[in-house]
Amino acid sequence: MLLMSRSGRLTPALAVEKLGVQFPQPTGTIFAVREASLSVQAAECVGIVGESGSGKTQIFMAAMGLLAAAARTDGSVRFEGREILGSPPAELNRIRGSKLTMVFQDPMTSLTPHLRIGTQLAEVLVSHSQMSWHDAERAALRILERVRVPEPRRRLRQYPHELSGGMRQRVMIGMSLLCEPSLLIADEPTTALDMTVQAHIIDLFRAMREESRMAIVLISHDLGVVAGLADRIIVMYGGRVVESGRARHILQRAEHPYTAELLKCVPDLKGPRLDRMPSLAGQAPSPSSIERGWAFAPRCPRADARCRVERPLLREFPAAAHQVACHFPLSS
Amino acid sequence: MSAVQRLRSNIGAVCALAIIVALISLALVGPLFNPNNIESLDWAHVAAEPGLIGAHWFGTDRLGRDLFARTLEGTRVSLAVGLAASAISLGVGIIYGAVAGYVGGRTDHLMMRFIEVLSGLPLIFFVIFLTVIFGRSQYLLFLTIGAVGWLTMARIVRGQTLSIRQREFIEAAVASGAGSARIIFKHVIPNLLGPVIVYATLTVPQIILFESFLSFLGLGVQEPHSSLGTLIAEGAGEMEAAPWILVVPGSFLALLLLCMNILGDGLRDALDVKER
Repeated sequence: MLLMSRSGRLTPALAVEKLGVQFPQPTGTIFAVREASLSVQAAECVGIVGESGSGKTQIFMAAMGLLAAAARTDGSVRFEGREILGSPPAELNRIRGSKLTMVFQDPMTSLTPHLRIGTQLAEVLVSHSQMSWHDAERAALRILERVRVPEPRRRLRQYPHELSGGMRQRVMIGMSLLCEPSLLIADEPTTALDMTVQAHIIDLFRAMREESRMAIVLISHDLGVVAGLADRIIVMYGGRVVESGRARHILQRAEHPYTAELLKCVPDLKGPRLDRMPSLAGQAPSPSSIERGWAFAPRCPRADARCRVERPLLREFPAAAHQVACHFPLSS
Repeated sequence: MSAVQRLRSNIGAVCALAIIVALISLALVGPLFNPNNIESLDWAHVAAEPGLIGAHWFGTDRLGRDLFARTLEGTRVSLAVGLAASAISLGVGIIYGAVAGYVGGRTDHLMMRFIEVLSGLPLIFFVIFLTVIFGRSQYLLFLTIGAVGWLTMARIVRGQTLSIRQREFIEAAVASGAGSARIIFKHVIPNLLGPVIVYATLTVPQIILFESFLSFLGLGVQEPHSSLGTLIAEGAGEMEAAPWILVVPGSFLALLLLCMNILGDGLRDALDVKER
């Protein structure tokens, strides 16, 4: 991957290397992300999966410069080859919202309540591409049509509270597409919506992928959401990447015991009916603790004494393009 | 139900608004119907009782000046001071408070300490000091009262901004590449307007009262012009012999303040929406 980026032909859209995110607290530092490395190629859809607190969101908050003021970071985040970790807001504002955009989890609270939909959409274009308000409103109308908002002309004049949750999420997605971004980060874009609306939003993402050549990062705790969309899946645990590979391989032949456990938790409509919802035994590791041995060892059915003292490094197994951090991958 | 509808269903607030409007229009058009002006002395009727003699409907003061004309002028001046000083304190307070609250950190710390220093200064001393340096004028009065009035407004706005800054739509605006100035003016300040309007309607009567107090002490509006405060000060001297000289401007002031406070309360109820 490094070689390819040096050749200059295939610079990844986003390259995160050995990123660490810490939050110093009076009671001790919280390590939200530890030495996480990942990359997103142009026009690729990457799913990031992990439990709450696994650090999946914090990686991209760091990339967008949205971390809380107290946060400390180390490592590197490059967007289209340029280092963006810790750049001043004025510099970040040139790319975020235009080349690098983000859709948040809760569409009910992500739109400014007192501004009309049309104003909020047009504002992005006016500030990023110096468009006139008139042109920007026309572009806003087109984008609402593109994200399949019914009666787009009327919506432009409406306020956020007059729209349903699914509609607002479409508006948010539309807003993130306005400037033709090269990377769209969607942070649990369907979690706050109900099931049928979720399906529509996922369909919309699929359509957006086919229509444009942007890269998408889909952050979710739900493998089911990611499964249908992602080319590659990255699994995170305790602030670290534990497995990454082609979506098909991860879903069918997961190597990491944690991924396998996560897959068991996805309800299967065709399978036999279970009396209990399957769930992962044990608790997610505390991000404030100093790591001793491998954080997943206490919950892992395959762990032995070695895992308790030595943290496995991310290595290519069983083939290139598939990485796993485990001493005893499932197919070994 | 919209805020306007909620305000309409509040009978007290509607009455208060009607009385305020009536008082303001009386203060503006009243002089057109009054044959007397504020300066002419009617030596035939000195300290005359209210009545129809010489068209002195509210009576005259001890120099024979028409109390109706003077009270209306006093109302105009008091309202003007109240509104102008409120506007100054509103403008300065909103921007100062929103910047302090949004930027946060060391900037916020320094800005708030500055406010604390200013509010530690004795107000009267401050006003006397400025009057002595710049001389007495109505505009100086607007400025000085406005200059001290914005402190509380800035504190209120900062508090509101701190809570709005945590809301997700601000994060979304940051993520869409909007700069701090744009966020403060477009996404934060308009969201503050509810509490700000309410506080402003309660500031106007406070400032009118403060102006009256300054004028009562002789620091405010100067002869031959009058404000409600100077009229009350004058009336207080003749309280035993000619009570109407005190009662007329006093009731104007009391009525105005009462109605403004009721209206402010009504607005707070109407604009205080839990779910928006």
